[in-house]
This record gives sequence, structure tokens and C-alpha cells, in this order.
Amino acid sequence: MFQNRVAITGMGIVSSIGNTVEENLKSLLKSKNGISPIINFKTRHLHDIKVGEILKTNAQLATFLKLPKDHNYSRTALLGCIAAKQAVAKAKIKDISLHRTGLISSTSVGGMDMTERHFKKFHENKNSSKFISSHYASDSTEKIADQLGITQYITTISTACSSAANAIMLGTRLIKTGQLDRVIVGGTDALSKFTINGFKTLLILSDTDCAPFDADRKGLNLGEAAAYLILESDAIVDEGNKEVLAYVEGYGNANDAFHQTASSDNGEGAYLAMRKALDVANIQPEQIDYINVHGTATPNNDLSEGIAMKRIFGERVPDFSSTKAFTGHALAAAGAIEGVFSILALQNQVMFPNLNFQTSIPELKIIPITKVINKPLKYVLSNSFGFGGNCSTLIFSKGK
Amino acid sequence: MKACFINGVASISAQATFNQSCFLEDVIVHNSKTINAIHPNYKDFINPITGRRMATGVKMGIAASKLALDSAQLACPDAIITGTGMGCIEDSEKFLNSIIENDEQYLTPTSFINSTHNTVAAQIALTLDCKGYNVSYVHGSVSFESALYDAQLLLHENEASNVLVGAVDELGNQFIQDIVISEENQSQAILTPFGEGAHFFTISSSRQDGSYCELKAIQIINIATPDSIQENLKEFLNQNRLLLSDVDVIVLGCNGDEFDCYYHNLQRLLFDTIPQIHYKHLCGEFFTASAFGFWVATNILKKQYIPNSVKLNNVEKSRYKNVLLYNQFKGRQHSFTLLTSC
Repeated sequence: MFQNRVAITGMGIVSSIGNTVEENLKSLLKSKNGISPIINFKTRHLHDIKVGEILKTNAQLATFLKLPKDHNYSRTALLGCIAAKQAVAKAKIKDISLHRTGLISSTSVGGMDMTERHFKKFHENKNSSKFISSHYASDSTEKIADQLGITQYITTISTACSSAANAIMLGTRLIKTGQLDRVIVGGTDALSKFTINGFKTLLILSDTDCAPFDADRKGLNLGEAAAYLILESDAIVDEGNKEVLAYVEGYGNANDAFHQTASSDNGEGAYLAMRKALDVANIQPEQIDYINVHGTATPNNDLSEGIAMKRIFGERVPDFSSTKAFTGHALAAAGAIEGVFSILALQNQVMFPNLNFQTSIPELKIIPITKVINKPLKYVLSNSFGFGGNCSTLIFSKGK
Repeated sequence: MKACFINGVASISAQATFNQSCFLEDVIVHNSKTINAIHPNYKDFINPITGRRMATGVKMGIAASKLALDSAQLACPDAIITGTGMGCIEDSEKFLNSIIENDEQYLTPTSFINSTHNTVAAQIALTLDCKGYNVSYVHGSVSFESALYDAQLLLHENEASNVLVGAVDELGNQFIQDIVISEENQSQAILTPFGEGAHFFTISSSRQDGSYCELKAIQIINIATPDSIQENLKEFLNQNRLLLSDVDVIVLGCNGDEFDCYYHNLQRLLFDTIPQIHYKHLCGEFFTASAFGFWVATNILKKQYIPNSVKLNNVEKSRYKNVLLYNQFKGRQHSFTLLTSC
């Protein structure tokens, strides 16, 4: 019914494996991970966990953005602004107000990284009280909009670890239905004690490099990252004769409705999300060339996701890998960074390895790609699942 | 976009709104700095054992969603979309305090699990066994409007026939005190108390006997000046093929702070001859307070009656067809919502 095709004309990323798209690609192709002990802040769990941390201080990030000294940017906002500005530059947008442009960002804990430092003393001085308003989940989105000059439609999504995939999905729908001409979509999340301790109490953090889809996986590595895509309508692409990096071809959102934090045994939510995405893309399962799986490396997720994949693809599960052993699990940003990796896969006709894999999960008997492999790719599917049963799938296709 | 009918509504607020037969006839005047919602008996909606672990927002959300579905005689929607400004602040505070006070030791996962912004939508999905589309919006004062806009889009795309849309914010204990202090330090502070509430609506592609009204359009605007908002408003009406004179009621999110100038301009310059309505003095200010305003508007259209407690002027009309809502917070997060009788 809705004919507008949605093109991706720019992307930006900061993650533990690089501060630009090019750096991220280089790390992926060299199988170089970004997992290490945490250094940016002190935590009692220093020796128990490894994380995907961006090795820049807040002061360095603020200097890069040329912020005034008394700014109240949380790390979440700093990372988000840097990645979003890269995306806009890559899409060669000169005057952002020329087309109806929206911004849909996502985050899990917003400015929690600053809240947890100032919570008990917000009113001791101005240096603390300025971080009250940066706590709100909307804060990083508004700061990104200010940096980019977006004055109209902006909003923020928070569906835990599937957030950014839902931002990409909504942006696509708004262009497809002609509501907007261009939408900047993605997510940002900084490491915080709040999330580290939360996942620690759930006993799903690995004390070593995570091993997605491995029989002996011990849990996940948390990460921090931000990534944004520029989605544009056919009309803008044609008018500017713009380079199309890839298209958003399909999307699906479903709820597992099983448990607040655990995935169901039959992967129902994941199954429904993938099924819907294939339907929207109007393609058959066998047309999927590569899957960037959610693959957090927790015992529960990988088994449930694997079962859902087998329900969709039968015994012929396409080539797949989880890139979380490179970046760690960047929560709300995960769907966007893996969106960038899926697009890089299509652009370079290459699949990235699932690091640290040794033995297949006995119940599944499926083996991910473990090294860099070149192959013709037309359709890449990317999964993102989160607490609350929120499951989302995106399908990207090759650009022109 | 395609027609969207509001078929079920529910409100839990600092007024006795949970009783569907009342419409702000007898209101409570609140004078404290923060006001809690008047809570229904949650045992009627939630298993008491499960309920013990649930924070205020989750309980309010489950009860209000059930009432909204019942009022539309709907068992399970095709999609659940929620908005919340502060999210599950009670559990967030609880977990944050344990981390700080116990130096990252002796923590239990329950409050962390329940602290995520999508907890309410997830718990409703679990309660209803609803596996459909499920998203939570967290953009301050346009969190509810973002959810509503998504619901309208889903109906337009034929992806759903019935969508449950809701907004929840709970007061919490600590963070709100910091907000109150920081507000008091402003030159012209918010005069209404800070509040909490849950508002749920069923939005459907087909009209039914008990339909409240039709949702015509929503627009979200990040930044505007008190002058430029007038142009935005005229453009919004124009896109919906309406003239200023077609608007029968204007519902405004006034809270007494310096940013009320945005409302005053519209009241004085564009809408001085029609009924003007405010509501935050009744429900308090919170990020999803505009959903209370939306609840008021849906009731005005269904009942064709404006309660005295919400009137900003003495203008009355014999018939109310088009109701326009406008809300903003601190000069940002502007939204227009247009409802029409059906």
C-alpha cells in the first residue's frame, strides 16, 4: 500500500571498537575486539567483569563537541551527539531544515551515568543540580536535536535492549507513509554502575570475553555505544542523486509475553518479530543471506533465539554471527550499532566473525561464522531483543 | 490518516476519575507540593501476591488498562503502546540507593528488573498474553503524544485494528523532592502541585456505540517560541482542513510557570471567543499530565458538557465538535492533539 522506499544515506557510530564507521569496519575485519577491564570509573566489580568501553573520558568527548565548561551533558548525550553528527555529515546534509526532518533516538537509562554520581547531593551545588534534568530519557535526544538543528518532530523510545531497532522501525514507517521525508534514527547508552550492578545481580555477566552461541557461554559483556542512521525518502535520494548505503526492507515487532527478563523456551516473540519482518519485506526466509543475531551470550537468550531461528529457517539456518563479542552489549544502542554493521556487511559484501566460539549449543547444533567471509549479500537480517519481552527484527537490503 | 476512534478510556489521577460515572463534578482542591493519585482497590485487578512486588506505576497501569479495555468491551488489543516521562522511578530510586549505600554489594535484582521504562507495557502484555506490537515512549511531556501518534500510524498502515495506548508516571520519593527544590529556585515556578497518574485509551479503526470521539491528528514540535507556536497551530489546523473558527474548545496545559506565556498568547489572540480549559490544577504537573487533559477532552465530546472545575473563561457553546489540545513543558516538548465528536 505504501510505496515509498526508505533509503539509508548516512551513518555514524562510536563504540568500543572505533570512533568512526571506518574504524569500526577495520576492527571487524581484523577480528579485533574492544573488550577489556573498565577504566573510566571505579567499580567494586573491576576484576569480575569485562566491558566494551569507549576509551575516551567525558572531558575529551566534550572538548571534541566544543561544549562550554559548565555543560550538563551526560555521557549518554555526549556519545549520541558525536555519532549523530557523523551520520549527518556522511549523508552530506547541508541544510537540515530543507526537508521535513525528524529525530527518533533511544536509550535505556538516559543520563543515569551522571545521576548515580550526584543523586545524594543534587542540591549541594550547581555542579550537581544541573544534572537533575539530564537524568530524563528525553535529555540526550534533545541535545542531539539541538546539535543538529532539528526543531520539529523528535521523540525517544525505550524498550530495553531492542530500543534502537524500534527507533529505526518507526523512522522507516514515518517515511513510508509520507509523514516525514527524512528521519535520523538510532540510540545511545553509556556504561553506568546502575546497569553493571543490575546485570550482575541477575548473574548474567561473564567474567571473561563473552562467547555468543557457544555451548559453554557464561553470560554477556556490557558495552557502551551510540549509532545513528539517516533514513531518507526516494524523493530526497532522487533529487540529490544521493548515494544509498542500503535500504530498510523489513521490520517486525512482537512481544514474547513470557517473563519480565527471560525469553520463552520456544522463542515465540523472536519468531513473531522475524516472521513479520519477512512479511513486510515480502521475501522468503531462504532469501536472507546473513543474520546479525542478538546473541548476547547469555544461556537463555542464545538458546531461545536459536530455537526461533530454527522455527523460521528450518535446518537451513543462514550464515549468522553475533558481533557482541566485539562491542559488548550496548543495550538500547545495540540495534543501531548492529544496524550499522549489517549495512557495512551489505556495502562490503562481507560477514563478520562471531568471536570466541568453540562448541555448538547441543540443543541447536548450529554453528556461527567464526572468521571474516566474503560472500554476495542481498538481504541481511538483524535481531534485537530486550527485557519486557520486547523483540524486534530489521531486514536491510543492498543499496545502489 | 485513517479514522481512529477512541472507544475506551480510563483515568487514575489525583481526582476521583477512576469511577467512570463521574466527570469532575466534585473536585478535590490540592494545596500540597506533591499529590498522590487516588488509587482504586488494586486487588480487583491484580493478584495480591504479584501486586506486592509491583510499584505504584505498574499497578496504576494494569488497573487503568483493564478499565479502558472493559469500557470498549475489548479483551485483548493488537498492540500496546505506552508513554512515561520518569519511567519506573520508585524502583530506579530503590536500586540506585542500594548501590550507593551498600557500595555495590548485597543487591537483589527485583528493583532493577522493574526499573526499565518498558516495565508497564511489558506487564500489561504479560497480563493479557498480548504478543503484538509493543513499544514505550520516554520523551518527557510528549511521551503520551508519541504513543498516540504511533497508534494512529498503526491503524493507518492496517497493522492493527485495536490499539491500547496509555501513559503512566509515578511520583516516587526522592527524585521528586529534588525536582521540587529546583523548581522553587526558578524565578516564576510551577504553581500547580506535582502529581502522578495513569491514563489508558483504546483506539480503534471502527466506531462503536459507546465511542467517545475520533482522534484526528497529533503533532509534536521540539522547539517553538510563543510567537512561532501560533503559526505552527494555524498550519496544523490547515493540514486538517480546519479554520481557527472551527475549534470549539481549547484545552491548555497551563501550570503557572513563566512558560504559560505560550498559552496566554493563544488564549488572547486566537481563542478568546471559545471555551478555554485547563486541568493541571486538578491532576498536578507530571510528564504525562497531558493524558489527563486528553481524558477530559474525550469526556467533553462524549458528554457534550464542560465541568466548571476546568473552565478558564465563561464562554459556553451549545455543541462541541472540535477540541484542540495544546501542551508544552518549559518551552519545549510542544504538542497539538485534535479530537472530533463522532
